[in-house]
Amino acid sequence: MPELLSAPLVVEFPFTRSLGPVQSAFLTGLRERTVLGVRTEDGRVLVPPVEYDPVTAEEIRDLVEVGSCGTVTTWAWNPAPRRGQPLSEPFAWVLVRLDGADTSLLHALDAPGPEAVRTGMRVRVRWAGERTGAITDIACFEPYDGEPEVHGTEHDGQFDDAVTGIVAPARLDYVYSPGRAQTAHIAALADHRTVGERCPSCHKVYVPPRGACPTCGVATTDRVEVGPRGTVTTYCIVNIKAKNLDIEVPYVYAHIALDGADLALHGRIAGMPYDQVRMGLRVEPVWKPGGRHPDHYRPTGEPDADYDTYKELL
Amino acid sequence: MTHDVAIVAFAQTDHRRRSDDLSEVEMLMPVLHEVLAHTGLKTGDIGFTCSGSSDYLAGRAFSFTMALDGVGAWPPISESHVEMDGAWALYEAWVKILTGEADTALVYSYGKSSPGQVRDVLTRQLDPYYLAPLWPDSVALAALQAQALIDAGSVDEPELAAVAARNRDDARTNPHAQLSGSVPQGEYIVQPLRAGDCSPIGDGAAAVILAAGDRARDLCERPAWIRGMDHRIEAHSLGVRDLTDSPSTRLAAQRAGVFERPVDTAELHAPFSSQEVVLRRALDLDDSVRVNPSGGALAANPVMATGLVRLGEAAARIHRGESDRALAHATSGPCLQQNLVAVLEGEDRA
Repeated sequence: MPELLSAPLVVEFPFTRSLGPVQSAFLTGLRERTVLGVRTEDGRVLVPPVEYDPVTAEEIRDLVEVGSCGTVTTWAWNPAPRRGQPLSEPFAWVLVRLDGADTSLLHALDAPGPEAVRTGMRVRVRWAGERTGAITDIACFEPYDGEPEVHGTEHDGQFDDAVTGIVAPARLDYVYSPGRAQTAHIAALADHRTVGERCPSCHKVYVPPRGACPTCGVATTDRVEVGPRGTVTTYCIVNIKAKNLDIEVPYVYAHIALDGADLALHGRIAGMPYDQVRMGLRVEPVWKPGGRHPDHYRPTGEPDADYDTYKELL
Repeated sequence: MTHDVAIVAFAQTDHRRRSDDLSEVEMLMPVLHEVLAHTGLKTGDIGFTCSGSSDYLAGRAFSFTMALDGVGAWPPISESHVEMDGAWALYEAWVKILTGEADTALVYSYGKSSPGQVRDVLTRQLDPYYLAPLWPDSVALAALQAQALIDAGSVDEPELAAVAARNRDDARTNPHAQLSGSVPQGEYIVQPLRAGDCSPIGDGAAAVILAAGDRARDLCERPAWIRGMDHRIEAHSLGVRDLTDSPSTRLAAQRAGVFERPVDTAELHAPFSSQEVVLRRALDLDDSVRVNPSGGALAANPVMATGLVRLGEAAARIHRGESDRALAHATSGPCLQQNLVAVLEGEDRA
């Protein structure tokens, strides 16, 4: 058994989202150091605001300016901030009910330690130096013992150059390990060998193996070397060049049943004109120096395989 | 149409911190074989298959389609998947049987948390406008809830430690548990929650088989009949909720029939000690009810399977004759946002 493979895997995506009228007013307001809430039919003011009443589901749009000071309703001391969180030094997570609001907003509180934080304490917004129309325009909250500011006035939600969308980048880090079966397959490829696994029940050989027979639902443990030669079972001609792919179009992408395998794998066909590739063509892998898998497959020059020999593998 | 649907078999993995040697399907397969062996059924005998998992945990796209290799999906089967805890897959399977579309169902779920950082991963289920950009992790949100409970005078830190200790002490008799026996409370992860108040991070899988009517009696000596099941959700924004209460759990329990007669057992899906306090209050559970004899989520928390494990553990107690009427609960989302409650009963023994 080769040593289990593992490698870092980063999943990253910039989620681009549009905003409705209420969220647009709220986030644009933050850019202008103005905190807006929305008034429900029964007169409660929700901060942060939503577009539909959480009780009645009625659409709500009556915006109200609330204070940038408020009261902590609950808190939790975070001794080890994680990537992406508002502050890099230890801080308190807080739910803050801003003056004039009936609900609480989640954010960070900059405080020297947990002994300096309590439910009911007064805090105020610390604005970010550079504001773009996002919840992070509030850098954090800070302790505040001054007078409450004016709040509760109606607001039309109109600002110049309203923010209508946000980009919320997400990044998650993993250490990927492919498990026993795929580790053995990948390790064999390093020696330019292709190894599949046989199902103990139906005796089919799967390549690349995933550790289970999809027909019988049992573990495949019996390793079998297949190929290196194989037969093109079906193919397509690719006419569009993929980004960052250094292959001239048109090229042929094919399903190839390696000799001894009961499942076709994918590969590119080269070393012959693209329009002469055909079902039944006999091919062999071509490795490039340092390559961890075949670069492409080329014709062997053998006579074509008889259809009956691969018709079950289409 | 029949209303008699029962859990007739349950199997789970040993839950482990890491399982690098196994792909998801390799982790799952022994559990599928075990649950089928309990009933003597083969894949081809199952009327409906439903699974629960999340690609975000291991960072693998469409992983549930590959997990299907463990079921044996050829010839074609009737199958569905929820990107949720398997408890909700069980709900879907239950409905499928109630409609008469199937008389048996295989439900499974799995989660590999070890490749990623589950505290960060779970932030991606939050509101993307106001919450997710701040990356408030799952422990932080639970800690806000715990502090709200402490402020309300409902619990203090020693009582939270006692909840954790009781669960892990009970887990001594659970060979599948990841953490059992005496586990130190440790340092604050996010104050007021210490390491001991938080469920362990780990990998695992679970599977159950459901069957209707006489089919259930054929497959199991003492089926765990599902007398009611309901699930409810609360507002997305944490700031509009009273975090010391769980009205969605109470409503789901009421609709499932929990309050009609006392239960003797409750398997509660509480990934944090403080959440058990909230759930006990919402469900009016007193000391006469055996809560989490398996050790609960504080002993093993394979995300996406933990809720299904609660249903399975409650059912297994009925199968063994240790319970006559059990409550099973599953949760999802921050601070008990969504909750599913089921009532399971065994028939009178002769």
